[in-house]
Amino acid sequence: MVDFGGWELPVQYRPGIVEEHLRVRETAGLFDVSHMGEVLVEGEDAEAWLQGMVTNDVRSMHDGQVLYSLLCYPNGGVVDDLLIYRYDPRRYFLVVNASNAQKDYEWFAGHASGNVRVTDRSADYAELALQGPKAQQILQRLTKFDLGTIPFFHFAEIPDLAGMAALVSRTGYTGEDGFEIFVPWTGGTDLWDALLDAGKPEGLLPIGLGARDSLRFEACLPLYGHEISVHISPLEADLGRFVRLDKPFIGRDALAAMTAGGVPRKIIGLSMEDKGVPRAGYTVRTSGGTEIGTVTTGGFSPSLGTGIALALLDASHCDEEEFHIDIHGKGRRAKRVKKPFVRKRYHK
Amino acid sequence: MMAKVQEGLFYTETHEWVRVEGRKAWIGVTDFAQHAMGDVVYVELPEVGRTVSKGDDFCVVESVKGANDVYAPLSGKVVEVNDALEDSPERVNEDAYGSWIAILELSDPSESAQLLTWEAYRTFVAETERKEG
Repeated sequence: MVDFGGWELPVQYRPGIVEEHLRVRETAGLFDVSHMGEVLVEGEDAEAWLQGMVTNDVRSMHDGQVLYSLLCYPNGGVVDDLLIYRYDPRRYFLVVNASNAQKDYEWFAGHASGNVRVTDRSADYAELALQGPKAQQILQRLTKFDLGTIPFFHFAEIPDLAGMAALVSRTGYTGEDGFEIFVPWTGGTDLWDALLDAGKPEGLLPIGLGARDSLRFEACLPLYGHEISVHISPLEADLGRFVRLDKPFIGRDALAAMTAGGVPRKIIGLSMEDKGVPRAGYTVRTSGGTEIGTVTTGGFSPSLGTGIALALLDASHCDEEEFHIDIHGKGRRAKRVKKPFVRKRYHK
Repeated sequence: MMAKVQEGLFYTETHEWVRVEGRKAWIGVTDFAQHAMGDVVYVELPEVGRTVSKGDDFCVVESVKGANDVYAPLSGKVVEVNDALEDSPERVNEDAYGSWIAILELSDPSESAQLLTWEAYRTFVAETERKEG
């Protein structure tokens, strides 16, 4: 067990990180992500207000849709990344990172204006994520609701899922098809047991934090504090497609200036040519030895069987093919590769 | 679940095992260590010929979880390394006591008296496991 933003979570269950990781890619895995924060935004002005708070285009959403977005400081640094669920233009459900939940709530509440009410609902919900190509097949055993009618990045309120009311979205943090399921806090353990039971034929496994990280890393999904932070803007993190500079929002001017002046650093994908495993914080150099940045996430890819890294580098060197990473005092060769490391297999 | 402790070997509190024969010492990581590390994916072997002092970090066992330093249990010169681990690092998980990492030629064999006996290490591991639940 490790402390994760004040929550005690297992790094791995009995099978271990590699087996858990591969099970999600091959069939399915179950994650307890009840530590995630939930914030409810309600009121006549909810849509207009939220549009001015986040980087992505809230106004383009329709009811039942989910949108990935970033929340920025005026200087373009990142407060957090989040998922926005639209019930209707007067009611949104926001899902934020556990480690930032309190900060995010205070940020939203501190900026609330007009007819907008912001409520921290983190204590009310348990959240489970069922991920992998067999996720729908397993989840369907617990409800009459036709899960095939929920498109990618959409959600439904299901009155009876294993006997309880649930909010179910076709979203996740693995690069695989799958669902994230919100139920009342007290229902979390019952749903956990019901899902593990329902998934027995497919060999469904519970998945710890270790594989949660390696799965999202292979799919190049950002992790706050690594690829995005107070000091790393969404543009540097290569998340420009979630930033709409054609509308006002907090941080917009700084990000527009960064776009105009040229984004100074960029996150690229690297794969080890030499042996060794890159880790977050390791120094990255040109093949000539000039220091040009650091690894934001590194590790051994269970799917590819090699060491891989996301690295934040001076933009002027990002197009080079070969780099050196300082690993245990030696420069090890790595080559630039396309992101994501592993192809996403969403249900679209 | 009690990690395996092999009779007849010497041990350290940082979970290395040592087999001493005359002036030579075979060194590896214990069953407790491989459990704690999880899936081992690479062993960064020390260089043959390198001189190490007791307590130096002299090689790294990389697992999916992270990088784990291995400390020299005794002082001496690295005279041989287990090249087989280069291609089959998972052997550390499968058979921790069969997977020696390096052989040291000891500069001071009397240091061995400071190592834990297998009985003492067994007690140490049991206490550690109890504390960690």
